[in-house]
Amino acid sequence: MKKTNSYTFYPLGDSAIVIQFRDQISEAIHQQVRAVAAYLDEFSFEGFIEYTPAFTSVTIYYQPWVISYPEIHDLLEEMLIQLMDDPPIPPAAVIEIPVVYGGDRGPDLEFVAAHNQLSSSEVIAMHTAATYLVYMIGFAPGFPYLGGMNEKIAAPRKEQPRAKIAAGAVGIAGQQTGIYPIETPGGWQIIGQSPVSLFDLNRKVPALLKAGDRVRFVAISEIEFMKIRRENGN
Amino acid sequence: MGIKILKAGMLTTIQDPGRIGYRKDGVSVSGAMDQDALRSGNLLLGNKAGEAGLECTLTGPQVLFESDALIAVTGADLSAEIDGLPVPLWRPVAVAKGAVLSFGQAIRGCRTYLMVQGGFDLAPVLGSSSTYLRAGFGGFEGRALKKGDRIAFKSDVVHLPERMNWSLSPDFYAPVHEHTIRVMKGPEFELFQEKSIADLFTRQFIISKAADRMGYRLEGPVLQLKTAQEMLSSAVAFGTVQVTSKGSPIVLMADHQTTGGYPRILQVLSTDLGKLAQLRSGDAIQFELLTLKQAQALLIAREQEMNQLKQSLTFKYINHD
Repeated sequence: MKKTNSYTFYPLGDSAIVIQFRDQISEAIHQQVRAVAAYLDEFSFEGFIEYTPAFTSVTIYYQPWVISYPEIHDLLEEMLIQLMDDPPIPPAAVIEIPVVYGGDRGPDLEFVAAHNQLSSSEVIAMHTAATYLVYMIGFAPGFPYLGGMNEKIAAPRKEQPRAKIAAGAVGIAGQQTGIYPIETPGGWQIIGQSPVSLFDLNRKVPALLKAGDRVRFVAISEIEFMKIRRENGN
Repeated sequence: MGIKILKAGMLTTIQDPGRIGYRKDGVSVSGAMDQDALRSGNLLLGNKAGEAGLECTLTGPQVLFESDALIAVTGADLSAEIDGLPVPLWRPVAVAKGAVLSFGQAIRGCRTYLMVQGGFDLAPVLGSSSTYLRAGFGGFEGRALKKGDRIAFKSDVVHLPERMNWSLSPDFYAPVHEHTIRVMKGPEFELFQEKSIADLFTRQFIISKAADRMGYRLEGPVLQLKTAQEMLSSAVAFGTVQVTSKGSPIVLMADHQTTGGYPRILQVLSTDLGKLAQLRSGDAIQFELLTLKQAQALLIAREQEMNQLKQSLTFKYINHD
């Protein structure tokens, strides 16, 4: 955090305060968000409830009968000044997500290929070549907002959203790629499906991904898909 | 032993103060829509803070008691009856094994809470017994209650208070038919046109049919940004009023998603969320603007009232410690 004026504070109602960094998606700003998150994971304070990191902000929920807005504002400002010198950012985990591309599991792979004048295997090659950054988790338990997709495989949302998209479906919407954590309606172009669950209450840490992690997609066969499913007990 | 559900009612779910600590993983807080009603219910019974109860919506369930219990019914007046006799709200009520609690006409409010002394015996998920309907976990099997469900009590011992001739003062609880909802400016308030801001506080909004535990869509004047712009997703909260790209406001309620991408024009005061939870589709809302300082002062006063109530009620159950 080089600039002292690169963030502002504002209230989100009477029980939350937002640290807002410059309002554009970038890895540099993301690292500032991560530094704040890492700090709050280590050092709690009286009246602190929890925090939510987003693309360019961190929202902190608190108990105003324990700590007032001016008090929490000053406390967080002090924290940010400390963090500016030497942001202690934990190393990013790289998580591989196996995906079966195309066929029944990725009914829109051919559309995405045709839309970009590519072959299906070129789309798969580009989708698996990149390392994606998990900017934030939101929308549903464990759902990652990923950055870093190759623009050559971008595709518009479907005009008619599907009524049902399976959990684990891997899709493209505009410049974004993502994985559906739960069965839900949706308008993304579905290019594949992962047998790995993004959110599983049977795991010690239910959410597979957290803000700051790096993700790589790995192409697998249908047999491997079924094998992983069996091993995971679903 | 515990209760058995004979009829489910419109939407009956198990809720507690909510699931805290997992918003960063995209997990909604959930919890009782009317936290004041839930909290008062626990205080009335001498329960530990945070015990879960049944949140019943408009058409309440029919509940068979398979063992003796001390209960409290708080929140909306849905004409609660036990074996045909009216059940007073906001006070402890003794119930004998075999009794049937049922609900009739919704007289005032929308959501009523059935609490039992000692609490229901549930397996918390991620630290909470609240039902998270969209993700299908928490509460009772992650779903709304249905006919035949059996929920056990944590304790079979009923501790009666020394005397039963008291109840909460009706003044303690905000009037459920009060339609003024106090708000603060939301983070994107200033991005809206002057005309829209004027409409916001001079015109009424009607709660539409699209109103559930996730949020209430409001009908009223169209709210417009000065210049159209794409927002980056960021955190929201219970009571955040977002404005969709079509210009209609949505108030986020207990099961809201953790993040949103619409401009946040207002934020409902924490003290007024219970009131909002008791309004129904078709009800009108009048927004009233307060400052952050006023909002926090009101919330601190509410917290003090709750603590005073706790002190005085602890005294009623003092012989059991």
